[in-house]
Amino acid sequence: MKFLKFLFVGIFFGIVLVKSEAVSWYRIFEMFKFQSFHMYGIIGSAVFLGILFLWIFRKFKVKSIEGNQINLPPKERSFTRYIVGGTIFGLGWALAGACPGPMYILLGTGVSSMLLVIAAATLGTFVYGMLKNKLPH
Amino acid sequence: MEAILQPWPWYVSGPLIALVMAILVFFGKTFGMSSNLRTLCSIGGAGKYADFFRFDWKAQKWNLTVVLGAIIGGFIAVQFLSDGSTIDLNPDTVSDLNTLGFENAGATLLPAEIYDWDSILTFKGFSILVIAGFLVGFGTRYAGGCTSGHAITGLSNLQLPSLIAVIGFFIGGLLMTHFLLPLIF
Repeated sequence: MKFLKFLFVGIFFGIVLVKSEAVSWYRIFEMFKFQSFHMYGIIGSAVFLGILFLWIFRKFKVKSIEGNQINLPPKERSFTRYIVGGTIFGLGWALAGACPGPMYILLGTGVSSMLLVIAAATLGTFVYGMLKNKLPH
Repeated sequence: MEAILQPWPWYVSGPLIALVMAILVFFGKTFGMSSNLRTLCSIGGAGKYADFFRFDWKAQKWNLTVVLGAIIGGFIAVQFLSDGSTIDLNPDTVSDLNTLGFENAGATLLPAEIYDWDSILTFKGFSILVIAGFLVGFGTRYAGGCTSGHAITGLSNLQLPSLIAVIGFFIGGLLMTHFLLPLIF
């Protein structure tokens, strides 16, 4: 039963991303063409409110339902991995028109061909894991 | 009800995405969709080949549950919460896409030119989706996160590494959209 709440969060997330059209290949294309404010508005307002939420959690020392102090682990300091990895990700994002969240959601909307993209993304992650120690980070 | 069935504006959707992030943090977790790809590798036995996949994937079952929910949410949204509205794209976008050979831009969520099985069962169509997926899966782990982990969670947490990653996302996205897509299509 403890997983039920995560199932509901996922369902809510899936509905929001479809209704916002953020799962649409066309919206991603339009965003990278700077031809609409829509996606920037979504990401911008999400980050603005996200900053506020995390500030409130910290300010009022809110504890998670597991009873622990809420504390997001800081990302490790580096430049290369973020800029290079990010660029590779961006190339795929603009071609597939979907990042990992939308891939699962689109599968649910009935796009069976998304299984091929998810399989390829899993393979990409596997190859990264194999090469991890040889890549500059 | 009518407002729910129509597409939701950005100022409704964005805050709701922030809410998803905040709820997961409140549940003692973090919002990160691409981590599930690593979990899938581990379940599939990738730990035999690389240390990176040798971790207790069972601790990630909550995140796989979010994925299952997201799939169900996608189904519910199109089956019960949509009125069949087309996507209200900028007319310039539609005309740019027409030039590239995409017809009916915005009529569905995804272009048939890329996602229909007729397109995929050609060498070119198959390669496009495999390469796209591969780049996403490789890039996200190299960068340590995707849109949910870096662009939403990391930026909300004022993490400089996430800002660098998001700049990377845009470098890659702009290169693909402005220079590579016209060569591919």
